[in-house]
Amino acid sequence: MTQPLIELQALRCERDERVLFENLDLKVMPGDVVQIEGPNGCGKTTLLRLLTTTSTDYEGQILWCGAPLKDQRLDYLNKLLYVGHLPGVKKALTPRENLDWFCGVNQGHQRCTIESALEEVGLFGFEDVPCHHLSAGQLRRVALARLFLTPARVWVLDEPFTAIDKQGVRNLENLMAEHAAGGGCVLLTTHQDMSMSAVRKINLEEFKPQSEWSAGDIV
Amino acid sequence: MSAREPQERVSLQAQPLATPGIGAGFWATLRRDVLIAFRHRGEMANPIMFLLMVITMVPLGISPESAVLANLAPGMIWVVALLATLLSLDGLFRSDFEDGSLEQLLMSPQPLYFQVLAKVLVHWLVTGLPLTVMAPILGVMLSLPSAGYGPLMASLLLGTGCLSLIGAIGAALTVALRKGGILISLIIMPLYVPVLIFGASAVTSAIDGFPMSGQLAVLGAFLALSVILAPLAAAGALRISVNG
Repeated sequence: MTQPLIELQALRCERDERVLFENLDLKVMPGDVVQIEGPNGCGKTTLLRLLTTTSTDYEGQILWCGAPLKDQRLDYLNKLLYVGHLPGVKKALTPRENLDWFCGVNQGHQRCTIESALEEVGLFGFEDVPCHHLSAGQLRRVALARLFLTPARVWVLDEPFTAIDKQGVRNLENLMAEHAAGGGCVLLTTHQDMSMSAVRKINLEEFKPQSEWSAGDIV
Repeated sequence: MSAREPQERVSLQAQPLATPGIGAGFWATLRRDVLIAFRHRGEMANPIMFLLMVITMVPLGISPESAVLANLAPGMIWVVALLATLLSLDGLFRSDFEDGSLEQLLMSPQPLYFQVLAKVLVHWLVTGLPLTVMAPILGVMLSLPSAGYGPLMASLLLGTGCLSLIGAIGAALTVALRKGGILISLIIMPLYVPVLIFGASAVTSAIDGFPMSGQLAVLGAFLALSVILAPLAAAGALRISVNG
């Protein structure tokens, strides 16, 4: 059996004295597309932030290739791509300059040229237009162009379909399927129904503590 | 978003990824921030305008007599340079925090130390360096004695570097707060005091005909220490701020 890329063991996360989820066990194998579901405020973004290592407020274990994440952070970050709620795009700069920075910080990890990545997300001709002239959807597409540039194995996407048109969503789904087929994995949150067939769904509601008091009452 | 041949991808993923070089990440951030500063030229001029305005007001408000002004000049220019730096600090990490690039920075496979250093260097290039270059003009406006110009520029050159570096700690600690402006000043002011004392006294000593190498040496030591320690502290503070 192949080793899971990411493994969550008995993960528990508390925020503002409220338990968001507990006993969360999850194995993400190479080739998995995992959709994290749940109503607003149930901790989807929090879970993704744990997986990007920017937040470390959790109990339990996160394993990367079988060893604790904390011990091999650099290796993990090297293979991680995160597209969050906030696009991480500088409005004063052009799409090309934005992606230039992204490639520079992740130096040497580039699968195609910036021009072709922008062409793929439908921003051909907008390479040198300052981003504050772009629409919300186009800004989002600049952020998503990173998916084409990066050779990262783990994609963590927080609401990637926001402000993207129908055709764009379909293309993104194809891209994810292709990424998964190549041995990568995708973890994403979205409220849209995905037309992809091979999506594993994890509902965070199931890992919510039933009632704050029930465990204590018995004791 | 057309489909790509899957074969190409598989081979790429099978390769182990080399850890990116530190230099390239440093340059990428440096270049990006210089570009952004250049696109916001208006904001860039703010500290300089502030400095000019205050220095213009001094003779009007206190006394136009050159003997009085010469006495005030070293301390006045230093205090105003310090306040101008303080005013510009709030934006150091704020825009990155608000548009999500700070998150990307934190999860890039780069030592945060060098990324912070690059950002602080740009901050110094657009505030500290212009302040230093402007200093002789301000000196003329406050009739600074001629023996004071060299030491003023030397002390500002070393001192503004310290101010930017130390200020980055405060900016990083308060980046997640909506109104961090006053808090930054409270956190940073005590750390700025020694820089101010040695900076202004270097100029005064030189004007009075005493050697000023001692004060400059202390400023240099401050700078060396803050280059090593301040980005570390700021990087830690950024992680805490973003974690919250």
